[in-house]
Formats: sequence, structure tokens, C-alpha cells
Amino acid sequence: MDALLLQLLNGLDKGGAYALIALGLTLIFGTLGVVNFAHGALFMLGAFCAVTLQKLLTISQRVKDESITFFDAYKEIPYLEIWYGETGTMIIDHAVPLSILFAIPIMLLIGLIMERGLIKHFYKRTHAEQILVTFGLAIVFQEIIKAQFGANPIPTPAPEAFAGSADIGLWLGLGEAVVYPWWRLIYLLFSAIVIGGVFAFLQFTTFGMVVRAGMADRETVGLLGIHVERRFTIVFGIAAVVAGLAGVMYTPILPPDYHIGMDFLVLSFVVVVVGGMGSLPGAVAAGFLLGILQSFASMNEVKEIFPGIDQIIIYLVAVIILLVRPRGLLGRKGVMEG
Amino acid sequence: MATTPQTTPNQDRLLFVLFAAAVLTAPLWASVIGAGYPDLLQKFAIFGILAIGFNILFGLTGYLSFGHAAFLGIGSYAAVWSFKLFTVNALPAVFFGMVFAGLFALVIGYISLRRTGIYFSILTLAFAQMSYNLAYSVLTPITNGETGLTMNQDDPRFIDNLFFAPEGNALPSTNLFGIEMTGFSGFYFCAVVLIIAFYIAMRISRSPFGMMLRAIKSNQNRMNYTGFNTRPYALTAFVISGVYAGLAGSLMAVTDPLAGAERMQWTASGEVVLMTILGGAGTLLGPVLGAGIIKYFENIFSAYNAQVLERIFDFLPDGIDHAAASVAGLFVGEGWHLTLGLVFMLIVIFLPGGVMEGFTRLRAKFSKPTVESSSSGSTTSPAKDSA
Amino acid sequence: MSILTVQGVNKSFAGLKALNQVNLKVEEGAVHAIIGPNGAGKSTLLNCFVGRLEPDTGTVTFNGQSLLNRRPHEINQLGVARVFQTPEIFTDLSLLDNVMIPAFAKRDGAYTFNWVPRVDGDAEMTDKAQHMLEDVGLADKQRMLAGSLSRGDKRRLELAMCLVQDPKLLLLDEPTAGMSRADTNNTIDLLKRIGERKITKIVIEHDMHVVFSLANKVSVLAQGTVIAEGTPDEMRGNPKVQEAYLGGAHI
Repeated sequence: MDALLLQLLNGLDKGGAYALIALGLTLIFGTLGVVNFAHGALFMLGAFCAVTLQKLLTISQRVKDESITFFDAYKEIPYLEIWYGETGTMIIDHAVPLSILFAIPIMLLIGLIMERGLIKHFYKRTHAEQILVTFGLAIVFQEIIKAQFGANPIPTPAPEAFAGSADIGLWLGLGEAVVYPWWRLIYLLFSAIVIGGVFAFLQFTTFGMVVRAGMADRETVGLLGIHVERRFTIVFGIAAVVAGLAGVMYTPILPPDYHIGMDFLVLSFVVVVVGGMGSLPGAVAAGFLLGILQSFASMNEVKEIFPGIDQIIIYLVAVIILLVRPRGLLGRKGVMEG
Repeated sequence: MATTPQTTPNQDRLLFVLFAAAVLTAPLWASVIGAGYPDLLQKFAIFGILAIGFNILFGLTGYLSFGHAAFLGIGSYAAVWSFKLFTVNALPAVFFGMVFAGLFALVIGYISLRRTGIYFSILTLAFAQMSYNLAYSVLTPITNGETGLTMNQDDPRFIDNLFFAPEGNALPSTNLFGIEMTGFSGFYFCAVVLIIAFYIAMRISRSPFGMMLRAIKSNQNRMNYTGFNTRPYALTAFVISGVYAGLAGSLMAVTDPLAGAERMQWTASGEVVLMTILGGAGTLLGPVLGAGIIKYFENIFSAYNAQVLERIFDFLPDGIDHAAASVAGLFVGEGWHLTLGLVFMLIVIFLPGGVMEGFTRLRAKFSKPTVESSSSGSTTSPAKDSA
Repeated sequence: MSILTVQGVNKSFAGLKALNQVNLKVEEGAVHAIIGPNGAGKSTLLNCFVGRLEPDTGTVTFNGQSLLNRRPHEINQLGVARVFQTPEIFTDLSLLDNVMIPAFAKRDGAYTFNWVPRVDGDAEMTDKAQHMLEDVGLADKQRMLAGSLSRGDKRRLELAMCLVQDPKLLLLDEPTAGMSRADTNNTIDLLKRIGERKITKIVIEHDMHVVFSLANKVSVLAQGTVIAEGTPDEMRGNPKVQEAYLGGAHI
């Protein structure tokens, strides 16, 4: 029982990341009709926003290390620490959560430029061509990051206050065995809030209403004289921000490297297809579902029965769902079938 | 007025003879552009075969597979196992590479082709990722995991040991009845296979079967109401292109007896797509051309490093030369993939018909305006679903 | 003798009855028009003949064989060809290829792995397709891409693609929809000419002019049921038909 709960929790944070990326993919596909293979790269860029901020905050001065007396030693002390002392240290410690503020304008800008500069011209082209051009763009993003930050994963720790684990087991009266790292818990809450925010935005604002109507029937909305395309540009920006934030917050869980986006993209696409192309709730549900499934599949008890199942479970599920329920779990009829 | 280009049997014969001549004389003319060494020439031929096969599925039939590298990997593993178990002769290795890739393609294609469009692409991607992940983990006894599968001194090599006494302690090298498959002899073996592969693709393209594949790409719905069962057609195309990929994979092993899982990664599948698009999907020569261009520039570009660049930009004033060198450095050497990604985007945006379309446009510019325009203009329209 | 018999066919979509106990007999060699107001179920009925839809209950028998649970290509192989409302052609192939492809389907069946011979080396198929294109007046455009044709020519091409198969039954779904008067008349002439080939035809049509020029039998469908049947002249004066279809107006 404890072990099961633990695996459930372990699957949730990864599921949250899948859900956030899949949500953006689905928004873009549902509104713009574009298959964005560069969406994983946006996740990756978000992660590197955090890395960049951390690097900026820790720009250091070389000072003589007084604690070492028998030869001249130098150590690097961040300017922030020199200027602000304790406060400076705390700011540095909170680089990752601060990156959220840093990443929002950057990701929004990247999203808008990408849509206006490239994606716009591919509305009317075939899905295959959309896949290919965004695939090319993803490679470009990746290589720029690689040239800038190198090929190795860059550790980006969570603030000290969130190190260690939450005693979820004790809270629920299940015993001490069930512990869950604080940051993963935060990631889970964070993704729930972002997902909730996006849904609320679509549900309760006029803007969101138009977007939803546009997803359901673009032509009719266009006929009403509403300029849908401009709104769709903003939708793309939002999707980019969501993917970026997912990336920012994931850095303490997995140190980012330049191809982290591609790894997540392939899985997120599978998530979208499983959830049903064009269905937002489907994308979210499938994201969490597959995250949890993957977590369960990596239990030793399961691996003993089906060796290697943890490596293929998501793909296997995708294949099965596509075959028995071609529209995905919550997909609408006719989407992507023509 | 849009008309279709029509080739007569004589024109095709000429095309084939020129192609064969160009391939067989490659060591001569390739040295002019600095590509005259056997390793690179082998790559030209092998990736040419891969792209020709991919084109049968993507260019002709309109199905975008994102998992083609799986068959490449399977071909390589099968070939290395043939070296290990039976003989270091190249022919059985090629045979097993093709057979195993074909069998896998039959199964994967049978399942994936139940869907069209992007769903098909995702299904093939899923299968390829499964193969890749399994090759790295539980299938290690077969694939030797991260290290990759290589030949060993103590491999059984039943057939070799039955007929020839083992000579000395040296690891035997792959050969074709005594001709070693390294260097130029290796290239010529690949070249002959490439020419055969090209010939078969040409027959398919001009045949009623090829016409049906084009028709499936153009309008699958009409095909069904015209009395065709489209699925076996698409499956045949899928298996043929899988066999081509297996062939290419086995040739990789023949020229360099090593098989690793990274050959199956989905970025490798993306590379095949790129080659085909770059050259011109749906055309005969395009994919070979695309494979050649990419492998050539990969070789040239990745050879550059910081010192070479500094020397090139030496003529510029101080300061600027360093800046120029570091900007250029982004695109060459390690950064070669950046160039590749950019070229990929530019091609899809401006020249979706690839280099072959570029040729057609150039020809149209320099001759009278009434000239035919190519029918292979757009790269692809994923086949329509009948549902 | 009736070539197509429809008995007691029902079809509902999400509780909505699209076809309600439809009975229909199409005589061999007839030109049978199915008319009716929008939403009467005409297209649904047609889709039940070609394997696109399966009726919930009832039978559809063609030439003594049931058409139920058969896929579109199987039904075509039995000798049923269909012209769509918006022409379904191979837009990026030449006109000649467009007509040769169905000819191959007729001769070689639903699947053949025929990869050795050249298409242009097949004189039999080429001649057949070229004659067909002459018949519909498109012979001079045979090397053009089908996608570059005008709408009227696309319709002719699609007709040629069906006729080259010598079908026993030809289904025409609004063959003149969206056409100019001149194009409509041309199409009527063309359809009359192929009328000489003794192909049974079912025409779904809105344009009364077309119906009265072509059909020798008319079934009127309203709210998913056949409400009247007879010769065009009988239908002209039938008050029930006027009520349901024309809202009382006189033809």
C-alpha cells in the first residue's frame, strides 16, 4: 500500500510536466492547426532561463581567501553576496523560483516571434511540413543552447528551504515510509495551478471564450467578424510560457541539458495522441496517467515480471490506445483524420 | 498550364546508365571536391540506399515515418550476428539484415498503417523508441547495450570454421569471397548494391504498383471507391522501404562491423527524412542527392575547428577576425547540427520540393516559358483517411 | 429485373432518425432519380450503398449479393461506381493516370504487386483510358495535372474514371451541383450519351431540370422515408410530393 502510494506520487510530478507540455501542444494544435515539434525545445529554453538567471545572480568577484594562510588562494564571491550579505545569499538560493518572473517575458517574446516569424506561414501547409519545419527549429534552438552552455547537464538546485522530503506518510497516517521530496510536491502543486489557471482563463474570459469557439469551429468564428488570428498569436505565446515555466520548475528535479526538450517532446506527443488530439482535458488527464503508469512500471516487482517494461510502457500504451480508440481518450471526432 | 513530366523508356535507360556511371566513377570525381576517400564514399552509397527506400514510403505513398532508423539498427545487428555466428562473408550478412528488417517492418507496418497522417507518424515513432530503449536495456544480451555489438575472437563462426582452418589469432575482417570489405573494395560493393537498389526503385516508380502508391498519396478516399484495397499497397511500400533500411544497416556493418543502439534513435530517423526532403521527395535522384549533400557537408563542416577558422579569417583586422571566427564557429565543427537545422528549415520554407525542384525551376528560367512544371512540387500531403 | 433492392433500411445518428424504413427497387438499365428536400436522407442512403455507412437494420441487395458489411473497395469490385458531390480525383496526377488507375482496378483487382512492367508500356490500358477521355471530351488535356482542371472538367474526369470500369451501377451524387447552366447542360448531354451504354444510374439531384431531362423513374424521399415513386410526369402532379418537397409551390 505504502509502496503503491509512493509510486503514485513519484509519477505525478513527471505527469505534471507531461501535462503542461501536452496542454500547450494541444492549445496550439486546436487553435492554429499546427503540429509544433519545437514545443519540447520551448520547455528546454524555459529550463535554461533558470540556468541563465542562476548564472547571472552568481556573477562573482575573485577575492583572496583569507582562511588559507600558507599560500595565496582565491575564491569567487558573488557580487550579490558582497553587496547585500545575507539577503544576497538568499536571492541566489531562490534562483529557480525567481526564474519564473524572469522566464515569463522571455518565453512570451520567443513565442510571439516564433508565431509571427515562422508558424504563421505554415497554417495552410500540410501537417508533415509543419512537423518538419518545427523539427528544424527545435534542432536550431538545441544547438544554440549547446554552443552557449555546453553539452553536460547543469545542476540547478532548489532553494534550501525546500530541500529534503515531506513526511506525507505521517500526514496521512500511513507510517514514516512514505516521504516525498518537497520540491516534487511543489512541482505538482505548481502544475496544478498553471493548468487550473489556463482552464479558468479559457472558461471565464471573453478572450478564452473566443479561443474555445475557434477551437471548435474556426471558420464560423472567423465569419462572425472576430479577428481570430491575432488571438491565436497570443495563444501561442501562452503555450510557450506554459512550456517554459514547466521547464523552469523542472530544473531542480532533473539538471537540464540541451536535449532535455527532445526527450520530453517525444513523450508529450504520445501524451497528446493518447489524450486525444485537440482535447485539453484529454491532454492533462493523459499526462498524469502516463506519468503514473511509467512510475508503476519502474517498480522492481513489475520489472521482474515484464523486464524492460519501464522503458516502453508509454509507447506501448500509446500504440494500444491508438489502435482501439483512434481518437484518444477524450478526442473529438474528425480531428486529424482528414 | 501544368502538365506532368513524362519519361520514355529510353530516357530512363539513359538516366540509369548515367547514374551507374556517376556512382562507379565516384572515387575519381569526388576527389576533386575533396571527398575522394573510401569511408566517405561508402557513406554516400549507404545513406543513398536508405534514402531511396525511405522515399518509396514517404515520397511516393505519402506516409511520413518517424521511426525508420529502427530498421537501420535491426539490419546492423542482424549483419553483425551473421558475422559472429556463421561467416564473415558479406552476402549472408546483407541477406539477414534485409530479412530481419523486412519481418519487423511487416509487423510494425501492419499495426502502424491502421492509422494515417500524424497518427501514423507517432505510431512509427513509438515503435522506434521502444526498439531503441529495449536495445539499450533488456535486450543487452543481443545488442550488447551501450558498448555496441562487435565481433570477437572467440565467436563461433560455424561456417568459416567448418571450411577454413582458423588462421592465427587475428580477428578476421569482413569480406566478399576473399575481397576485404574495407577501403575502395568496400565502397565498390556498396556502390553496386546502390545501383541495384536504384534500378529497383526506378522500376517500382514507373510500374502500375508505383502509380497506385502515388494515387494513395494523392487521394486515398478515391482509391477505396475505385476498388483498391489501399492497406496492402501501403504495407508493401512500408516493407520495401524497411528492407532498404535493413540493407543499408547491414552494409554499415559490412564496412565497419559494429552495431550500436544510437543508430536507432529518432534523431537518426529525422536525418533520413531530411535527406529525402533536401534532395526532393517523390523524385528518383533527389533522395540519393540529398544523402550525398548531407554526408558531404557533415564531413567538411565538422572538420573545421577554431584554429582553422582563425586562419581563414586572418585577413580581417584584429578583433574582427576573432569575432568572425567565433560566429562561424557556431556553424561548423561541433555546431554542424545548427547548420543542418537551419538548412532544413530553409528548405521546407522556400523549396519544399528540394534540390530537384530547384533544378526544375532553374531550367524553367533558362528555357522558354511554356515549359512543363514538375508535378513533384509539394513535398507531401499525408494520405487522406477514408473514415 | 431489379438490380438494387433496398428493404426496410433504418439508420439513426445519435438518436436522430436519418432513414426510416426505406424501401427501394432500382430496375436494371433505369435512370433512377432520388429527390427530396435538404436533410431528407438522400446522401445517407447513398452512403449505405457504397460501404461508407452501415444501416442499423434492413438489407441492401445488389445483383443478388448483399452490400452490407462490405468495404468500399469490395463494393466497387462488384460493379458499383460513384461520383461524388465535390469531385474526388487524383489532383497531382495526369488526366491519363487518373483514368488508367480505375481501369487497372477493374482488370487486376483490389491488390496486385505489379512492379516490373512500365505503365506506359501497357497499350491495352493506355488505349482504354485515352478512348474514355475522348468520350468525355478531355483527350487534348490528357497530360495535364487533374488539379489544374476547371470544376466542370473535373466532374467530367471523375465520370470518365467511373465509366472506364464499365460499372453495372453508377451512383451520381448531385452531378451538377455548383455548375453554371451551360456546364449543367453539357453534363446532361454527356450523361444521356452514356445512357446508351445501358448502365443503371442512380442520381441524387436538386435541380429539377436535370431530373426531368435524365430520369425515367423518380423516388421522393422526405424525412428519411420514400413518400412517392413513379415516372417524372407522375411526380410532377403529385400533391404529396409538392407538399413535402416543394412546400406547395408548382413545378
